[in-house]
Amino acid sequence: MIKIDQIIAPMGKDFLVFFVHLARISKLAGMSLYWTFAAPFRGEKLRWNLASVQIVRIGVNSILIVGIISFFVGLIIAMQAAYQLERFGASIYVADLVGVSMTRELAPLITAIIITGRSGSAIAAELGTMKVSEEIDALKTMALNPIGFLVVPRMLAMIIALPCLTILSDLLGIAGGFVLALTNLKIPFIAYYNQTVEAIVLKDFITGLIKSFFFAIIIAQIGAYQGFSVRGGAEGVGKSTTTAVVSSIFLIIIADLFFTILFYSTL
Amino acid sequence: MKEPIIKIRDLHTSFGSLHVLKGINLDIFPFETLAILGRSGCGKSTLLRHLIGLRKPTSGQIFIKGVDFIHAHPRNRHKILKKIGMLFQGSALFNSMTVKENVMLPLLEHTPLESTTINIMAKMKLEQVGLSGFEDYYPAQLSGGMRKRAALARALAMDPDILCCDEPSAGLDPIVSAGIDNLLLKLKKAFNMTIVVVTHELESVFLIADRIALLDRGKIIFTGSKQEMKKSDNPKIIQFLERRADEEVLDGDQYLESLLNG
Ligand SMILES: Nc1ncnc2c1ncn2[C@@H]1O[C@H](COP(=O)(O)OP(=O)(O)OP(=O)(O)O)[C@@H](O)[C@H]1O
Ligand SMILES: [Mg+2]
Repeated sequence: MIKIDQIIAPMGKDFLVFFVHLARISKLAGMSLYWTFAAPFRGEKLRWNLASVQIVRIGVNSILIVGIISFFVGLIIAMQAAYQLERFGASIYVADLVGVSMTRELAPLITAIIITGRSGSAIAAELGTMKVSEEIDALKTMALNPIGFLVVPRMLAMIIALPCLTILSDLLGIAGGFVLALTNLKIPFIAYYNQTVEAIVLKDFITGLIKSFFFAIIIAQIGAYQGFSVRGGAEGVGKSTTTAVVSSIFLIIIADLFFTILFYSTL
Repeated sequence: MKEPIIKIRDLHTSFGSLHVLKGINLDIFPFETLAILGRSGCGKSTLLRHLIGLRKPTSGQIFIKGVDFIHAHPRNRHKILKKIGMLFQGSALFNSMTVKENVMLPLLEHTPLESTTINIMAKMKLEQVGLSGFEDYYPAQLSGGMRKRAALARALAMDPDILCCDEPSAGLDPIVSAGIDNLLLKLKKAFNMTIVVVTHELESVFLIADRIALLDRGKIIFTGSKQEMKKSDNPKIIQFLERRADEEVLDGDQYLESLLNG
């Protein structure tokens, strides 16, 4: 017979391990935020040259993929909405649905998930490889702070690139809706345009960007944390990269839920 | 006698239940080359990692130039660290940078010099280790021996007072590793450094070391010159010098028991 503590004890252990991870991530995030936002005021330099390299890798190189996916998502939402709304002769409201759901929800979310897959994983893999090959130790022995040198440029780049990509995603998602409205629903351009402008308020747009700012911190921090905690060679790097992607997406969804309740709950 | 540049006092370290260093006491004097010898896994790299602040010991103290290194304020630690060069067992060059950028990095970060000056300094360091012409290669494009040399150039970038080398010739063919030994000898003369070398290669120890410390089961069991070591009648040292394997003590019952309880 299985004793009850054989089931409970490991669960308790997992539960504790979860909190240990959470505590460590918070510590890393705290230090990174300090080195990004506070330390520059104390005469520490921000490495913009390193950050700009990362902005290109995280941001510029993702423009195409984010654009295409957002366009198609806009198109798909418009098709699904049109299917319902046409029956009531309310096709014009496709504009509202696409506009609001893209800016509030889908653009920040899709962008964050694409960037997690592209760049969150890359951060974990790069830092993990550096950890395994003792490059991070080498930095420390040169009296260079790995957080300032490796994490801050990546987080800075993420904080800049992700909201920009989110704006792009907003625009192209709405463009996807436009295309469907013009071709399939035969709604005139100007009518759809006016409807969209009317439907989206500044708040929708801003809350989307606020979300993407926090998603950026999550992606960079989880990637860095998983990279730093790699143990044992190449296999460890692979494991950490997978964990980074899965736990980032999980945390992004949780954060999204939290912000949606915060911004829009009518309770 | 001179005041030691590094003093290690009663240093203990454990990884979980594994007690690796069990009370290390060691003095390292200025401008000497000290070789730390010991069997694989006896904690040589761990000891070296303490010296460069990568690991905090469970207990004990390390004084570098009279400063309590472990408990020093980060700013003071950094000041000391900038004057310590470290050659890692696996080179640990930054793979995303060229060889020259690797050497330039500490200079760019820690000195107010112009980048053109730093550029020239990096080239000089690379020339000293015999790597001129390879400035713009990436570490992945170099052979193991060349990578060691490049890492050495980087370790020397800040003109350190203390150079720590973890198995400088591990994994290299005898000719290349002799080359590294000669390089260390040459550099020691040129730079006036204290060198701490961790290794288990006797030949290179006898070539480059002024003094030898033998680490066994977490303790320093011998320190002294090559001659003293060769004359010693300590069975552990004799075993090491003669490269004899451990005698296998096989007690049948004990073995069976260990299998059953394993
Ligand atoms: N990070 C670590 N976590 C757990 N145990 C460790 C860790 N680092 C080292 N050890 C253990 O400490 C002991 C000493 O390791 P160390 O790397 O110092 O040996 P070494 O003398 O340098 O060996 P080698 O000559 O093979 O490089 C080993 O038994 C190793 O298993
Ligand atoms: Mg070692």
